Amino acid sequence: MGEIIVEEKGKKSSKHKPKKHSTRIDMTPMVDLMCLLITFFMLTTAFSKAKVMVITMPEKTDEIDPDRPEIPKNRTLNILLTGEHKVYYYIGIADPKKPTEIPQLVLTDFSKDGIRKVLLIKNRDLFTKIAEFRDNRITGKLVVADTTAESEIKRLKKDDKKGPIVLIKADDKVKYKDMVDIIDEMAICNIASYAVVDPTPTELEMLMNAPK
Amino acid sequence: MPKIKAPVRTPHIDMTPMVDLFALLLVFFILTTTFRPQEAAPIETPASVSEKQAPDNDIMTIFISKEGKVFFSIDNGKDTSTHFREKLLVKMAEQYNLTFTPAELDKFSKMSSFGMPIKDLKGWINAKDSKDRDKLQVGIPMDSTDNQLAWWVRLARLTNLGAEVAIKGDAETDYSAVKEVMDLLQDNKVNKFNLVTNLMKDDVTLKDLPPK
Repeated sequence: MGEIIVEEKGKKSSKHKPKKHSTRIDMTPMVDLMCLLITFFMLTTAFSKAKVMVITMPEKTDEIDPDRPEIPKNRTLNILLTGEHKVYYYIGIADPKKPTEIPQLVLTDFSKDGIRKVLLIKNRDLFTKIAEFRDNRITGKLVVADTTAESEIKRLKKDDKKGPIVLIKADDKVKYKDMVDIIDEMAICNIASYAVVDPTPTELEMLMNAPK
Repeated sequence: MPKIKAPVRTPHIDMTPMVDLFALLLVFFILTTTFRPQEAAPIETPASVSEKQAPDNDIMTIFISKEGKVFFSIDNGKDTSTHFREKLLVKMAEQYNLTFTPAELDKFSKMSSFGMPIKDLKGWINAKDSKDRDKLQVGIPMDSTDNQLAWWVRLARLTNLGAEVAIKGDAETDYSAVKEVMDLLQDNKVNKFNLVTNLMKDDVTLKDLPPK
């Protein structure tokens, strides 16, 4: 305290001494500017890069390959999509020439116990194999690189001879979300072979008469 | 006894730590920022489990809005000296007997997605502000007499031979609108699509497998 008083006295008495300036800089404008810049960057930044789901469609040709493999009837699982997020499925082939043998459509939905259950039951063998392979990697029993694991899963899928061959068919009332959801289910259930195809007139008729 | 007057001081807050923090944040945002490209229409993509990242370069994106309007975008390539957008526009102009000045070409190469009949493109490039610009975004015509989207795709494929195709559709879009675009792409020998989705984890393990 004493010192301060002495200093103040000195200030007043000796005029030729330069006035002491505070070394404090007013940082408010700088902070303001920084705030603005941060806000700008935060709003314009795209953090999460978009993810993509790759889907390969069958090539469009008019010719029918004579060597194409015969698809066993009982392995074919047809999924028919229609409006209001409804999913129908049937197994086998709806042949318009055999009207008595046209299978019944079964109504289900996109929930966990809906179409996923059907797919999992049908694809039990392959799904178990792939799930075990993944579990082994997670628990550390199996140490392989990501690319190796990917090709291994691809090989498992290719070698699969029991799983369903899923044909996804959508009518005009379907929303894009449903389509993505059903293709997503294929990825979730590790379905080896699936394709998005146009519904046949018979199938459209089946949809009309399907249980609501 | 004289009163001791406490010197009146303006309260000073030490802003240094705050400024430090702001500076750090600012540097972080400047370094990590990748600017979100301006999109012609707000599009909410559907969710999927796919974790594959969308490629940054060599990709043409077809946007499909909720109303079924179609927009198109292509990047300039990894090496910006390739000027894919400029080259594409030159080819497109040739196709439709239009001319663009070098200044317009340059401006176009810096812009993002667009969707209008080709005759309105000049107006879009030269529009004064984004309001005028947005008014012109009515979607690329796709009717069979003058399928401009098909030309965009075809010439874009010729311009950038390695370009992949991404489809960014709104979840609520009718699938028929998406299918129309896919059919068009397939007619142009594109059979592999990247469907842009949001990541939404949905793990299914062996426990979810229904018992036999």
